[in-house]
Amino acid sequence: MKICYYPGCTLKTKAKELDRYARASAAALGVEMEEIENWQCCGAVYPMARDEIATKLSAVRALDYAKAHGGKLLTLCSACHNVIKRTNDDMANDADIRARANNYLKLETPYSGETKVVHYIEMLKNIVGFDNIAKKVVKPLNRKVGAYYGCLLLRPNKVMAFDNPENPTVIEEFIRAIGGTPVAYPFRNECCGAYVSLKNKDLTKRRCNMILESAKEKGAEEIVTACPLCLYNLQKNSDNALPVVYFTELLAEALGVKND
Amino acid sequence: MQRIGVFICWCGSNIAATVDVERVSEAIKSEPGVVFSANYQYMCSENGQQLLRNAIKEYHLTGVVVGSCSPRMHEATFRKAAEAEGLNPYMVEIANIREHCSWIHKDREEATEKAIILVRTAIAKVKLNAPLTAGESPVTKRALVIGGGIAGIQAALDIAEAGFEVDIVEKNPTIGGRMAQLDKTFPTLDCAACILTPKMVDCAQSDKIDILTYSEVEDVKGFVGNFKVKIRRKARFVDETKCTGCKICMDNCPSKKGLNEFNMNLNNRPAIYIPFAQAIPNVAVIDPEQCLKLKSGKCGLCQKKCGVGAIDYTMTDKIIEREYGAIVVATGFRPINIDKFNEYGYSENKDVITSLELERLMNAAGPTNGVLLRPSDNTHPKVITFIQCVGSRDLTDCGKPYCSKICCMYTAKHAMLIREKYPDTEVHVFYIDVRCPGKNYDEFYRRACEQYGVDYIKGMVGKVYNQNGKLMVQGSNLIENEQVTIPSDLVVLATAIEPEPSVRKIATLLTASIDTNNFLTEAHPKLKPVESPTAGVYLAGVCQGPKDIPETVSQASACAAKVIGLLVKDSLKTNPCVAQSDESMCNGCSQCANVCAYGAITYIDKEFRLGGGKTETRRVAYVNPAVCQGCGACTVTCPSGAMDLKGFASKQIMSEVEEICRK
Repeated sequence: MKICYYPGCTLKTKAKELDRYARASAAALGVEMEEIENWQCCGAVYPMARDEIATKLSAVRALDYAKAHGGKLLTLCSACHNVIKRTNDDMANDADIRARANNYLKLETPYSGETKVVHYIEMLKNIVGFDNIAKKVVKPLNRKVGAYYGCLLLRPNKVMAFDNPENPTVIEEFIRAIGGTPVAYPFRNECCGAYVSLKNKDLTKRRCNMILESAKEKGAEEIVTACPLCLYNLQKNSDNALPVVYFTELLAEALGVKND
Repeated sequence: MQRIGVFICWCGSNIAATVDVERVSEAIKSEPGVVFSANYQYMCSENGQQLLRNAIKEYHLTGVVVGSCSPRMHEATFRKAAEAEGLNPYMVEIANIREHCSWIHKDREEATEKAIILVRTAIAKVKLNAPLTAGESPVTKRALVIGGGIAGIQAALDIAEAGFEVDIVEKNPTIGGRMAQLDKTFPTLDCAACILTPKMVDCAQSDKIDILTYSEVEDVKGFVGNFKVKIRRKARFVDETKCTGCKICMDNCPSKKGLNEFNMNLNNRPAIYIPFAQAIPNVAVIDPEQCLKLKSGKCGLCQKKCGVGAIDYTMTDKIIEREYGAIVVATGFRPINIDKFNEYGYSENKDVITSLELERLMNAAGPTNGVLLRPSDNTHPKVITFIQCVGSRDLTDCGKPYCSKICCMYTAKHAMLIREKYPDTEVHVFYIDVRCPGKNYDEFYRRACEQYGVDYIKGMVGKVYNQNGKLMVQGSNLIENEQVTIPSDLVVLATAIEPEPSVRKIATLLTASIDTNNFLTEAHPKLKPVESPTAGVYLAGVCQGPKDIPETVSQASACAAKVIGLLVKDSLKTNPCVAQSDESMCNGCSQCANVCAYGAITYIDKEFRLGGGKTETRRVAYVNPAVCQGCGACTVTCPSGAMDLKGFASKQIMSEVEEICRK
C-alpha cells in the first residue's frame, strides 16, 4: 500500500531518527511512504494567525498534491500534523479562508479540504491495525513505557479528533501492541513548555521535570513521544529523570528493523 | 360583497419608523371591498379599539383587517372589540406588519411595499371568512400532578386547598424528590427535611389528594378540561393498604447488596426497603432486581416475618385510567453524568464526589450519620476543594451550555457548613464567576468569604490527579496570574443539573414542546412562564429551567392558581377553527386519521341517497370538534380534498397566495 507522506523540515534535520525508524517500520508493515514532491515548510505556527493567508499556502499545496495522489496525507511530526490538519479544516469549513487561499493558488480545481490528514499513529491503528502489528513483532519490548502525548496531537479536540484529550489511550494501545507495558501517569497530556523554553528556560524545566518525575513515580522506564519539540525539551530542559525516545524507534526495535 | 375596514397601527415607532403607514392606508383605500381605511398610533390602546368599534358601527363593516403586530399578541384584543360591536370575532384578520415586516427590514421603501402586500393578503382572506361560533366542552374538576418533589407537592397542596381533587403521580416509591435528599437549604440554612416533611404529611392527610407513588404516566388522550390518562402502577410486591412501615422485613432481608439510591449509591440497602425514615407513603417496596424470592424462588423471609401479611410476590403492574381537567408537569432534575470529565478523575478516585453526594455525607440520616468522612478510607478530610461549573456553561460536548443557577449558592452553603462544623478544615473554591442574585443571596456568599474564611479562587481547574494519597487539584488563579496546585483530601464537583430524562416521554404524551436541553418550553418566556403551549398543561420546577427551591415553590403555586382558574369553570369555549370533512367527497381512505396527532378523527358508516329511491352506505371521516386542535395536517393529506379547516380553508389560503403573487 502506498501513501503520500509529508515529513517536514525538523525530520530532515534535528529529528532524523523519527523519520528513519518510521520508514523502516512502515516497510516492514507493508506500507510504502511516498514522500510528496517539492514539499515546503508546513508553515509552523504561523498559519494559526486567523487573518494570515500566505503562510497557509504551503500546507494547502501539500494537501492538494495528496488529493490527486490517493487522497490521504500521512504526517509524523506532531507540529506539522497539527498545522496541516487545522489548515485542512479551515479549507473545508471556513469559506473566507478557502476563497482567499484559492485566489492565491489559482489551482486547476479549487481545494476545499478533500484530503484526509492521517497521523502515523492513526495509520498504525486504523489502516494497519494494532492486531496486525502485534503479529509482526519479533522482539517484544518487555518494559514499562510511558506515553507522552503533549498538546499538539490532541488539541483542539474538535479539529484534531485524535483521542480524548483528557484521557487519551491510543499510544498506550500502541505500546501494548509492541509488547510493552504502558504506564498511565497524570501529566501525559500536559504541555512541555514548547517555545517558551526560548524565553523562560526555568519554566520549561519545571514542567519537563514534573512530567518525567510523575511518569517515573508510576513506574515508567522510558518515555515515548511523537513530537520533536517535546523530545528536545524533555531531553535538554530537564534533569533527565527518564530516557525519552520517539515512538517510531520502539516500533522499529520491536519489528526488528532498528538497524536497517 | 363584504364591507371591509382596514386599520394600520404605528405601534409607536416600532412600525411607523420603517413603514410609511400613511401610504399604506392610502394605497389600501382603493382596494375593492374596502370602505374604510385609517391609521393610528396604538391600535391596541383604548382609543384605538374605540376607533375600530366606531368604524364598525358607522360603516356597517362586515370584515376587519388590522395591520399590526403578531396575531399571537393582539388578535384576541381586536376580536373582542369587534364582538362588542356585534361583529362575529372570526371576521377579524391580522396582517402582521411588525414581526414580519418593520422589525426585520431596514429599507423604508421596500418595507412599505411589503406592508401593503401583507395587508392586501389579509383582505383577500377576510373576504372568504365566514362567521364561526365557538362550541363548549365540560371541565373535569380534577387535576393531575406528574412528579412528587417539592414542586408537585406545593402545586397539589394549593389545588387541594381550593377544594379540587388532585392526584400526584410519582415514579419513585415515595414523594419528596430531590429536596428530601438535601441537608440544609440556602440562604437560611434551615434543615431541608424539617421544612419539607410537614408538607409531605399534609399531602398524605389531605382528603383531596391521592398519592400514587411507584407509578408512571403511560398514556394521555384528550384536551384541556378533558384529559384521559392511563397510569401504570408498578408492582410494589407490598400491599400499601396493609403495610405499617414497621421495617421488620428490612431487618430480616438477607439480600443487602442493592445500591441505596436515596444516598446517591454511597451505601447499600436491603432488597425490601423504605427509601428513608420520613417516606410518604411509609410503605416498603421490593426491588425485583435484588429480591432472592423473585429472582430464584428461594427465600420468602419477609413474607414469613411480616405481621400483617402485606407481602405479595405475585403482584403485577396495573394500569388504571383517570380523567383530569388540568395537568401540572413537575418532573424535576438529576445531576448530569460526569464520566466524560476525565480531567476531574471522578470515576478513578473515590474521594472526588458530586455536591449531591456531599449532601448525603453531611446529612444526619446519610451513610455516615452526618459525620463528614471521605469515602475512600472514612477519615476526616482536612483540605477540601470545590470545583464549580462542572458541566455548566460548558460549550464542549461533555456538558451543558446553560448556567445551572443553584451551584454557586449550594457550594457557598457547603463551604460554610464545613467551616462551621469542622473549623480545622481548609476549604478552597474554584469558580468562573460567582452568581448570587436573589434576596439575601449575595450576603450569604459574602459571609462564606469574609466570616468563614473560605478561600475563593477565580479560575478553572485543568486536572485532578492522585499523588501519594493526595488529590492534587491543578488550576489557575486568574487574579494572582499563577498556576496553583492544591493537595486536597476531598474534591467536590458542583455538577450541572439537567431535566429528569423521563420528561421526554411525558412531553411527547402531552404534545408539550421541549427545547434542545430537554427543558419544557413555556408558552411565553415573560408573560406565560408557567403555561405550556399545550392548553391545560402547566410547568413547575426544574423541568422548565434551572431554579432553586424558593423559585420552584413560587412557580408551583402559580401553576396551582392557573389550574384552579381552569377548574372553577364548568365549561370551556372550544376553538371553532377545526377540521371538517365534506362527506360527499370523502372516500374513507383513513389517511387523515393516520396523520392526526390528537386522535380526533374516526370513521362512521353513513347512508347516502343516490336518487331514484336508491341509497348507498359509505364509510366517511368524522372529526370530533372538541378534540381537533386545528393543526391542518389532515387537510393537506386528504387526497380527495374533502377535508378542510374552518377559518383556514384551502381556498382562503390559495387566495392569500394569489394576492401575494399579484403584480
